[in-house]
Amino acid sequence: MAETVETAEVKKAAEPLFSKRRKKIVTDPLNDDNPITIQVLGICSALAVTTQLEPTFVMAIAVTVVIVFSNLIISLMRNLIPGRIRIIVQLAVIATLVSLVDQVLKAYFFDVSKMLSVFVSLIITNCIVMGRLEAFAMGNKPYDSVLDGLGSGFGYAWIILAVAFFRELFGSGSIFGFKVFEAIGLPDFPLNGLMVSPVGAFMVLGLIIWVQRAYTGYVEK
Amino acid sequence: MLELVNLGIKSIFIENMVFAYFLGMCSYLAVSKKVDTAMGLGLAVTFVLTITVPVNWLLQEYVLREGALSWLLGAQAAEIDLTFLQAIMFIAVIASMVQLVEMIIEKVSPALYGSLGIFLPLIAVNCAILGSSMFMVQREMGLGESAVYGFSSGIGWLLAIIAIAAIRERLKYSDVPDAMKGLGITMVITGLMGMAFMSFMGIAL
Repeated sequence: MAETVETAEVKKAAEPLFSKRRKKIVTDPLNDDNPITIQVLGICSALAVTTQLEPTFVMAIAVTVVIVFSNLIISLMRNLIPGRIRIIVQLAVIATLVSLVDQVLKAYFFDVSKMLSVFVSLIITNCIVMGRLEAFAMGNKPYDSVLDGLGSGFGYAWIILAVAFFRELFGSGSIFGFKVFEAIGLPDFPLNGLMVSPVGAFMVLGLIIWVQRAYTGYVEK
Repeated sequence: MLELVNLGIKSIFIENMVFAYFLGMCSYLAVSKKVDTAMGLGLAVTFVLTITVPVNWLLQEYVLREGALSWLLGAQAAEIDLTFLQAIMFIAVIASMVQLVEMIIEKVSPALYGSLGIFLPLIAVNCAILGSSMFMVQREMGLGESAVYGFSSGIGWLLAIIAIAAIRERLKYSDVPDAMKGLGITMVITGLMGMAFMSFMGIAL
């Protein structure tokens, strides 16, 4: 017991729990290195589930949970995995976590799980998860990997929530199911059917990328 | 027979993988800078889809479905329900199938392997592949239907990626705002293409 406390203290002395570098790991993916808008990963699910805010919120949580835990597990095993079969090992870990999340959703949030349908299972092939495992967890310590997972998860979350906000507001006139335009006395506010269809998703995401990149100053070659 | 043709047309045009379900977007965006490479990837995806969807159908029908194991274990297996293993099994089939396809192509046609080589491993994590298998289960298709579905959704994806690659080749010469270059403008164009594809919805099959 005493020993573990001691080692923990030694580590702290080496680098504080929330050092500048670690804060950067979490905050970088939020804007400057955003997984969706800058790294172009995980677009599939970003678009498919965003017709309403509620399923989007659940999806964001599910993806964050999967990224964090798969980062943690792979980072713990990083010295044991032979290089040649690492993709399969990573897929196995991700698939197990996703199945767990899927079962939990089916058990406790059945309606949302029905709404998300196959897209929960498709977190397996969400490139963000694989990308973070390859790029970060394979070469970094567990705690850093968890922070990186959290950062990427939140970076993904805010983009899809933004997309869902505009799509639900202009497509169905509501936010989290609450009828906004009726509440502020504009029951005749024209709703745009395109927003609910896939076209709206592409357009809204394209415009959000424009705004976000103009803000961060990132230019693709 | 006519139903299968209808299903084919429906999954190529009306329920296009990219424009209606956003599946396979990652590689759609990443590998669509040139028509040649887009063509190669599209063909590889079609090939893998045509094989994996029926194989996953067999797996679902004879192993995973509730009571599916009764052909092997008799009546006492009627309550065994392995559906929770679906995602893991499907991705394992896809990953190993991609590996197998890679080895076969390397052996049989080195020229094709040369042009597809780098894309093959990418396919394992293309969500269009896993997505098609999932939709196949959800829509309760038969073996023949699932084979047609796999093939035609692959063709639909091929069509989409070739179209966007051709547009992006032209886009090089146009004056796009800096922040909009690359991903942003591709998204908006995909939206416009999606709008065009929406017109197919009017076809009653």
